[in-house]
Amino acid sequence: MQRFSFISLARNALTGHQGWREQWRSPEPKPSYDVVIVGGGGHGLATAYYLAKEHGVTNVAVLEKGWLGGGNTGRNTTIIRSNYLWDESAALYEHALKLWEGLSQDLNYNVMYSPRGVMMLAHTVHDVQVFKRHVHSNRLNGIDNEWLSPQEAKAFCPPLNVAANIRYPVLGAALQRRGGTARHDAVAWGYARGADARGVDIIQNCEVTGIRRDRNGAVEAVETTRGLIGAKKVGVVAAGHTSVVMGMAGVRMPLESYPLQALVSEPVKPVFPCVVMSNTVHAYISQSDKGELVIGAGTDAYVSYSQTGGLHIAAHTLDAICELFPMFRRMRMLRNWGGIVDVTPDRSPIIGKTPVPGLYVNCGWGTGGFKATPGSGNVFAATIARDDPHPIAAPFTLDRFRTGRLIDEAAAAAVAH
Amino acid sequence: MLLITCPHCGSRPENEFRYAGEAHIARPENPSALDDEAWADFLYMRSNPKGVHLERWRHTHGCARFFNCVRHTVSDRIIATYEAGRPKPDIAALVAEFEARGARAP
Repeated sequence: MQRFSFISLARNALTGHQGWREQWRSPEPKPSYDVVIVGGGGHGLATAYYLAKEHGVTNVAVLEKGWLGGGNTGRNTTIIRSNYLWDESAALYEHALKLWEGLSQDLNYNVMYSPRGVMMLAHTVHDVQVFKRHVHSNRLNGIDNEWLSPQEAKAFCPPLNVAANIRYPVLGAALQRRGGTARHDAVAWGYARGADARGVDIIQNCEVTGIRRDRNGAVEAVETTRGLIGAKKVGVVAAGHTSVVMGMAGVRMPLESYPLQALVSEPVKPVFPCVVMSNTVHAYISQSDKGELVIGAGTDAYVSYSQTGGLHIAAHTLDAICELFPMFRRMRMLRNWGGIVDVTPDRSPIIGKTPVPGLYVNCGWGTGGFKATPGSGNVFAATIARDDPHPIAAPFTLDRFRTGRLIDEAAAAAVAH
Repeated sequence: MLLITCPHCGSRPENEFRYAGEAHIARPENPSALDDEAWADFLYMRSNPKGVHLERWRHTHGCARFFNCVRHTVSDRIIATYEAGRPKPDIAALVAEFEARGARAP
């Protein structure tokens, strides 16, 4: 691997930047692997990276039907936070946040993690009570989260409108200062480069079309558009398409796939210092380093794989943005798009083993998977390598829908769904 | 925004309706006889197909009645709608009829 350092940058600057090589190989698939990861987004690539780095499992392939990070990894609004209510979720997302803090150094790749603070607005008495409960719960779990009055929120984010006469006035806010954003493409590329350097084969334009099982029911190979690839273990990390891929192995999933939209504005000078989220009025906004406002909208009402989404959903979000931040009322939006998110009944992810021996699944991240990328890959890699759930992943089994031990973040967090 | 044909009121914009999940998931006849596996399947497991989906909608800002809808989940085209309580339709026949009406393939 060609490492990035001040010296390598200076040397290449002096030689006209002709010395840079490809960051990862594009190998032909081998006849078989110890582990095949289905899905080359952030979570899948992170899984491969930690398999190689922490567990010495290097005979691994990541199969991606399109290009790396072309799915939800490249379509989300890059918000990172760990202020979840329940102990199980808090442990999982905090594990990820701790990895974010050292990720650029670990990968030797700048993922532009920017802990600029994530502020969640409360607009109703119910919001205030729920967010204060979150603040207390987070503090008990050692996670930073603090309550701000409307004036303190305005001081932290000056563009915010805290007038009392708007439709949903700001009654306060919960602020996680360690929350923030990172550059989504760099996350996929950094993990791909790190995994490749440790021997992982990253195979793009390779769609899985079937999962083959042996006489005992265990997985033995995946059928792909680039031929049959043998596999002792298969990890499915296919986000919105998880139901489709798991169906190939005959496993029904408690998932529904919905389009989730985001949009960006024309780029402007730095005007917005933090990330602001409002679950009640459906507005999620930050400013990218390029200067665009990055705005997250809601999901469509119905199951779909269309990767678009209704215009009225995006318009609804812009209504809220314009009321909360009147200075953006005349901004023009540059483009919008949709990604397909897989939502579980309890709005918590599924990480772990399946009824099929050798088949593992990491899915159900719903509308908020990006923030978990490093932690998700880390605990899923451990689960695959040891064939035993990582302690942090243990509560997030597929089996919880049979036992009834759900991790009900939806009702608890009043998140927008 | 979808244009949805309510079987009772006719074609209306999507924001008059509420989506109500996968159709034809019948409540078990004898709930006390079910094991955990069967309960999980009834409560949580969904077909979530990339293709033709049978789903329930409710015309909340109209007749307020539930009905069923046949929709392709990639194009979002609605192939047919029918009253609640009718048996599961023959999807292949509905798609053929949809194409015969001169519409593009779903």
